[in-house]
Amino acid sequence: MQEPAITQDLISAHGLSPSEYDRILEIIGREPTFTELGIFSAMWNEHCSYKSSKKWLRTLPTEGPQVICGPGENAGIVDIGDGQCIVFKMESHNHPSYIEPYQGAATGVGGILRDVFTMGARPIAAMNSLSFGEPGHPKTRQLVHGVVEGVGGYGNCFGVPTVGGEVRFHPAYNGNCLVNAFAAGLADTDKIFYSAASGVGMPVVYLGAKTGRDGVGGATMASAEFDDTIEDKRPTVQVGDPFTEKRLMEATLELMATGAVISIQDMGAAGLTCSAVEMGDKGGLGVKLNLEAVPQREDNMTAYEMMLSESQERMLMVLKPELEAEARAVFEKWDLDFAIVGETIPEDRFLILHNGEVKADLPLATLSGSAPEYDRPWVETPPAEDLADVPNIDPIDGLKALLSSPNYAAKQWVYDQYDSQVMADTIRQPGQGAGIVRVHGTAKAIAFTSDVTPRYVKANPVEGGKQAVAEAYRNLTSVGATPLATTDNMNFGNPEKPEIMGQFVGAIKGIGEAVAALDMPIVSGNVSLYNETDGQGILPTPTIGAVGLLKSHDEMILGTARDGHVALLIGETAGHLGQSALLAEVFNREDGDAPAVDLDAEKRHGDFIRQNRQWIDACTDLSDGGLALAAFEMAEAANTGVTLDAADTQTLFAEDQARYLVACNFDKAEALMAAAGQAGVPIQAVGKFGGSDITMGGISAPLTDLAALYRGTFADTFA
Amino acid sequence: MKAAVVQFPGSNCDRDMAVALEASGADVQIVWHKDNGLPDGIDLVAIPGGFSFGDYLRCGAIAANSPVCRAIVDHAERGGYVLGVCNGFQVLTETGLLPGALLRNAGLKYICRTVGLKVETSASAYTEGYTAGSEIGVPIAHHDGNYFADDDVVTRLQGEDRVAFTYTDNPNGSRADIAGILSENRRVLGMMPHPERAFEESHGNTDGQRLFAGLMGQLASA
Repeated sequence: MQEPAITQDLISAHGLSPSEYDRILEIIGREPTFTELGIFSAMWNEHCSYKSSKKWLRTLPTEGPQVICGPGENAGIVDIGDGQCIVFKMESHNHPSYIEPYQGAATGVGGILRDVFTMGARPIAAMNSLSFGEPGHPKTRQLVHGVVEGVGGYGNCFGVPTVGGEVRFHPAYNGNCLVNAFAAGLADTDKIFYSAASGVGMPVVYLGAKTGRDGVGGATMASAEFDDTIEDKRPTVQVGDPFTEKRLMEATLELMATGAVISIQDMGAAGLTCSAVEMGDKGGLGVKLNLEAVPQREDNMTAYEMMLSESQERMLMVLKPELEAEARAVFEKWDLDFAIVGETIPEDRFLILHNGEVKADLPLATLSGSAPEYDRPWVETPPAEDLADVPNIDPIDGLKALLSSPNYAAKQWVYDQYDSQVMADTIRQPGQGAGIVRVHGTAKAIAFTSDVTPRYVKANPVEGGKQAVAEAYRNLTSVGATPLATTDNMNFGNPEKPEIMGQFVGAIKGIGEAVAALDMPIVSGNVSLYNETDGQGILPTPTIGAVGLLKSHDEMILGTARDGHVALLIGETAGHLGQSALLAEVFNREDGDAPAVDLDAEKRHGDFIRQNRQWIDACTDLSDGGLALAAFEMAEAANTGVTLDAADTQTLFAEDQARYLVACNFDKAEALMAAAGQAGVPIQAVGKFGGSDITMGGISAPLTDLAALYRGTFADTFA
Repeated sequence: MKAAVVQFPGSNCDRDMAVALEASGADVQIVWHKDNGLPDGIDLVAIPGGFSFGDYLRCGAIAANSPVCRAIVDHAERGGYVLGVCNGFQVLTETGLLPGALLRNAGLKYICRTVGLKVETSASAYTEGYTAGSEIGVPIAHHDGNYFADDDVVTRLQGEDRVAFTYTDNPNGSRADIAGILSENRRVLGMMPHPERAFEESHGNTDGQRLFAGLMGQLASA
């Protein structure tokens, strides 16, 4: 088949700039073939190369005694003791989900699960952080239904419990929703698999589902802004098959147990191209592929299509040749394709043959290592303007405004669509702060949370970046867990705009400071740029996924408030209302600065909670909606009322950081206050649980009414 | 008591089921769907939850035609015990061991939450640990749990005391609120809720324990 001629239009259709094309000419000393152009485009797009973000990602703290593997592999790995580890990562699937919500979200889940089991870990928990446009926007309802069903459809069938996440709405996401999928797996520390190939002449084996034309050019699509031609991009979204993924996971883990695997890599973005180049590059080897051996789902596929296909549920492996029969038997048992498609070669070469014809012949290390890297110009986000006056409001009215917003209402309409209990190790289900999953067959458990407050990041990227980490730290702390490590999913607009790049740089700075101070290094992550439609960027959304360890059941804080319990507030309330939920939902305002994050106070207060958990029955962190929303949620979960003494809007709705609300009986409260006094941690009694009303500053409403609002809003808006 | 837990390629509650059976005192073996027979001396076959063959068409339809299912039908016809949970219940209706079918939930959404069940009969190995008429909480997690059978079948199931559990607040549109049914000889139980997920303290609910305990007691003495 005749390949198209390389023209200016073809080059720009591949997302390559003129200077990038010149660089290709310089590297290979000739005009590339069509297939080679596709390969460069796949390797050099923003999604795969991190060309705009690399410089800044390098500044993040990624090390610590608990870290087994930091960024750079399929997922990060953290030690949980006893020879076991947790493998985890979060990754975006934003553009595909906006174009085709069900499949986009489903394959986002599939991709992140593969990243985890490729390393030898069985997935034990999933989360997802979803950002949609305003609830009334004509596109939002369809996206909410499609994305939630896609997440559930994939994870439920695969068999991983979804134990946490976030769902938010803001007009800035009207034209560009965010779907960030997180997965974590459990592995034995001495049985981790990496992607670096080793040994010359070793068979390169293709595993899993067949290759079709779906997703050709997907990674390039994901690296472009949207405009009104977006519907034309639907064919670049892949179609997921969770049943095949489940078999691929079981077969891969069985295969690993046979000892036949030298190295292994999943085929994600840019499929066969990225996976083969990565294995070769990390091992300092070349790779030769014979494409006629690739299992194909469609007739007459070209080399170009096969190299760029993003068909799902596929892996590439370098095999110990003497164990081929055992390896093949495993895949035959699970009815999956197993095909030797090439071999490792000593020279630095990525050689692609199709029916004996050379389709690509490129220097592999250069292809991988010489992706452009940009130091994009950036400007610091200007300081936020001072907050204009916020009038005092009836606290019950304020609370009702929050509860009737899908942002703060209960999300069980979403979480009920996810299997949160499969594997029968789930201890805490989604919808109530951190999720908890027991480490099967042990007394240990792992807590998971994902957090970010995009309004804060927009107003003040540095403090907003810190706050995302601090909130994750607090959510883990609130269940008694010790935070271990973090994955960051950086969702931003067009990095070629200095103000957007400035948001990115600021957020990275804040995140870096926070993970260093709170000892939860970044071990994996993903960057999604160009989240813009018609020039309108999203709110900067650096989603933080974090993992914490509970060494035994005794460490967990899982109780609920009871009638007669004291409500204790830990931390300092200065009354910060800038960028608060109250301001947005009641006054339709987004002014003022983000709350400042005192990382020393975060650490001190978090350690205090962990050290005094014997006095604490129930605990939650204070974040969006402040004391009023936290106290309501704690009361509602316990089906009891609560009376808060404060009446003023600032005390009730401020979003100052480093704060927790604790419920316990009077004797425990006395002990906790004494301990706080000794530790120099601010603590005060702010009210009492009991009765059947929510009362703030003397104004009451029946719990049942507010609970109905809280529980009903989401379904009323979207069902 | 010897139990076999069936593993289809898309089963995902097989381990959970094996854990609950083992903790209840059973000697458990995993049986692969391509196996033509069951191991010797099996008292109970448990068909676990999951998505047997992806269930892109009719849930459990392909599984019902797998080699192991022919052996399970033989086992049931010889008077053996068979427990099908969730996807297992779907498979049992597809094999014809239990009447009716599981349709898409009336609300068209997947539902995962703990629901109230009324124990309709204590006259079976599975339910003898419960008092008839009592209410328990057991999680459901399904997209296709809407039990359907024609009027004659439903009337017959009720008349023969073969409805094991009903929903107290029907989540999926099932006819007559049916959550689980028994075979004529009362040794085959199919149910959509997951008793193995309400089995230990850490699940926050142990209402499913008595189902396994009752079964053990009955089969140990058999």
